[in-house]
Amino acid sequence: MKSRHATVVTAAVLLISMGGALRSLVAIDRMQRQAFAQQTLYINSPKVLRRLCLGYTGLLADIYWTRAVQYFGEQHHKGSGDFRLLAPLLQITTALDPKLLPAYQFGANFLSPKPPDGAGLPGSALELMKFGIAHNPEQWRLYYNLGFLYYTELKDYARASEAFAAGSRLPITNEFMPVLAARMAQHAGEFDTARMLWFTTYQSSKEASIRQNAVEHLQALRVDEDVARLEELVAKYRQQTGHVPARIGDLERAGFIHGAPVDVKGHPYTLAADGRVEVQDWKDIPFITKGLPPGEVSPGPRVSK
Amino acid sequence: MFAIEILDLEKSYQLGFWRKRKKVALRPLRLTIEEGEVFGFLGPNGAGKTTTLKLLMGLVFPTAGSARILGKSMDDPQVRSQVGFLPEQPYFYDHLTARELLNYYGQLSGMPVKDRSSKVDQMLTRVGLIDSAGVQLRKFSKGMLQRVGLAQAILHDPKLVFLDEPMSGLDPMGRREVRELIQQLHHEGKTVFFSTHILSDAEALCDRVGVISQGQLRGVGAVAELTAQAQGRVEIIFSAAKIPEAFTQLGAESRLRGDIASAVVSDAKQEAALEILRRERLRLISLTPVRKSLEEYYVQNLQPAENRKGVGV
Amino acid sequence: MSTGRVGSIAFNTFREAVRDRVLYNLIAFALLLSGAAILVGEISIDIERLVVINLGLTAISIFGVLIAIFIGIGLVSKEIDKRTLYTVLSRPVQRWEFVVGKFFGLTGTLVVNTFFMAIGVFLALLYTAHRFDKMDGWVLVALYFIVLQFFIVCALSLFFSSFSTPLMSAVFSFALFIIGNLADDLRGFARMSHGLGGWLATGVAYLVPNFASMNVVSQVAHGDPVGGRLILYNTVYALLYSAMAIAGAVLIFQRRNLK
Repeated sequence: MKSRHATVVTAAVLLISMGGALRSLVAIDRMQRQAFAQQTLYINSPKVLRRLCLGYTGLLADIYWTRAVQYFGEQHHKGSGDFRLLAPLLQITTALDPKLLPAYQFGANFLSPKPPDGAGLPGSALELMKFGIAHNPEQWRLYYNLGFLYYTELKDYARASEAFAAGSRLPITNEFMPVLAARMAQHAGEFDTARMLWFTTYQSSKEASIRQNAVEHLQALRVDEDVARLEELVAKYRQQTGHVPARIGDLERAGFIHGAPVDVKGHPYTLAADGRVEVQDWKDIPFITKGLPPGEVSPGPRVSK
Repeated sequence: MFAIEILDLEKSYQLGFWRKRKKVALRPLRLTIEEGEVFGFLGPNGAGKTTTLKLLMGLVFPTAGSARILGKSMDDPQVRSQVGFLPEQPYFYDHLTARELLNYYGQLSGMPVKDRSSKVDQMLTRVGLIDSAGVQLRKFSKGMLQRVGLAQAILHDPKLVFLDEPMSGLDPMGRREVRELIQQLHHEGKTVFFSTHILSDAEALCDRVGVISQGQLRGVGAVAELTAQAQGRVEIIFSAAKIPEAFTQLGAESRLRGDIASAVVSDAKQEAALEILRRERLRLISLTPVRKSLEEYYVQNLQPAENRKGVGV
Repeated sequence: MSTGRVGSIAFNTFREAVRDRVLYNLIAFALLLSGAAILVGEISIDIERLVVINLGLTAISIFGVLIAIFIGIGLVSKEIDKRTLYTVLSRPVQRWEFVVGKFFGLTGTLVVNTFFMAIGVFLALLYTAHRFDKMDGWVLVALYFIVLQFFIVCALSLFFSSFSTPLMSAVFSFALFIIGNLADDLRGFARMSHGLGGWLATGVAYLVPNFASMNVVSQVAHGDPVGGRLILYNTVYALLYSAMAIAGAVLIFQRRNLK
């Protein structure tokens, strides 16, 4: 019948145009993503934006936060090390919604590490954290993040101690906060302190990616600690025998260790000819600083896209 | 060839969103209309007249059945260039003038450009609106809109015209004009199918009528056929203080109002009745044969079924 | 023949809209624009051009979208309610011709409306700068993108009104306009989610209209150029998306019983 014919034609038009529209959208997306890096933020005053969005600040903050995450992921993925928009995006996000805690926690983590892992802007990260604490003085996590930032990136142990101490005085806090404050004050026991920091992070967060990051850091710490201790033993061996051990087994035979020590992936540590301890699968263990082949750096975290 | 051939056209609606109930708007309808015929579709409001027309116009789709119009399937778009339609209580684009509206409809009907505007003016003259041709329709009265509606229905010189309640909402003058128009169309050899709930219109105009109620066709036939069951009775009206005994003996149905009496007797007893009047020296006022009107047919056939049973026909 | 009927319906829709005083919004627009241009010139330095373009184009977009939605939702339902559709569809007019004609009538109205508003913007630019700049040309591109958005909004409001009440159609259309302006963020969200939810989010994110890449107002206000390929892709996208929505409207409308 006539009307059935029209229906078939219309349905065909619908499907073809839907397919075409989707294809052109994919093309637009690809183009826009390339352009994102050179993009300029036309409205970069949080105050103006606050007025413009007619009170829907919460929603807009969520959108800006997503943009910041995406921007970071995109730039990190490309490895260009260009993170110019990151700080303004985070500023806008937190100005729109000062209570958006993830923006501070992740934001500081994005901003402070050196490229290519982060934007290498610890100053901006510090500013962000301080803004966060000013607006959320009851959140111990922000003090914790601030202390963490002072400790890991800025190596300012006095300020780190202050931050942990301030956080430990809050009604709701974490049991490790006062301990961390004390450790910072003594500035002793690097590995133990770092372990405690990461363990606190692990234990106080529900976010899978944060926990994964903490686990990776804890594993790296173990490897670093192993390598440091083995290298101490190598030095001791050399003192006693006058030569470097050829392999790890020599240390065992000399009675320094029991069994062949293995890294977190279960592979035994090896010895280089010059007596350096090496991690076989260093490429699979992010964040390690010791036991790497000369001139190599740890691959860093795998940012999930 | 029939002008309209309806083959068991049927329509029911689903009511309710969650719990579906079926509402039957039209039970299977079988009806044929000859070419050149004026056919009246009679029935009370909500009987299914408009549903039938909408089905034929392709505005709603049948649940089952089909129809052929002018020999072609009713959903053949070509059919509709030879069909005119006046909906019930028509309403048109407020901001157009009558002339613009007819021009628009002329374009949609595929009328050739060259004689469109002359045809439009001719039509406006025919329905008596030529003086208001340039006025926007929102300033038109209901009666004027009805005329515009008639004009658009016959503008493109269709062979078949459907009119849904063409006389409703018109003053007596307007009604007469519409009647005249239908008669003219009849003389031009066009087929007219119109619905109405007003009997006298149908009686005056139609070759045949169909009576519908509650979605079901109750009877079709010439007006004379339907009313022929008047089995030769007469009504005698005379002045009297009381009805004579003898009338009751004749089996007359008689009534007395004041000093005017009326009695209905069969043809055969007419002479006897008049003899009684002469004997009693009563003055005869009138004597008229009783023809069963369409109205009586209508009332008898369309009363709810249980009522009729109660009467015990 | 069918182009003739579609054209007649389109023209009639346009005429109806114009006589319904839709174009009166131009007066409000002119007042707004000239007021702003003069006021900003007095209280601020060096951003007249920025303000005229930002304000002018944003107003064009908002006025147009409101017109598109509020006329679009009534195009079909009003004709059904007032039964004007009966006298149209009882003629040799197919239902798809009616829908397509309505679409072109409404977009035509919007194009004319935008044209007059655009003249206003350029006059205001001339008033503030006393001459035209080469980069003013990009404003035309921004205007073109706004018209493309109107196409999509018209098609969508027609689509919704083919099966829903006018009020709900307005709500749906307006919601999609807002969502469509955030469409690239939505696709960003979808890229970050995984599993069934991710698939679903991706589907929704790509199916809602994408207005984000058609909004280049602030870009052209700063005199930045717009890439030729973006113009091409946006054109293709807008036309196909409108076609899709119209086809959907036709499919639904073709099956509809007119009460």
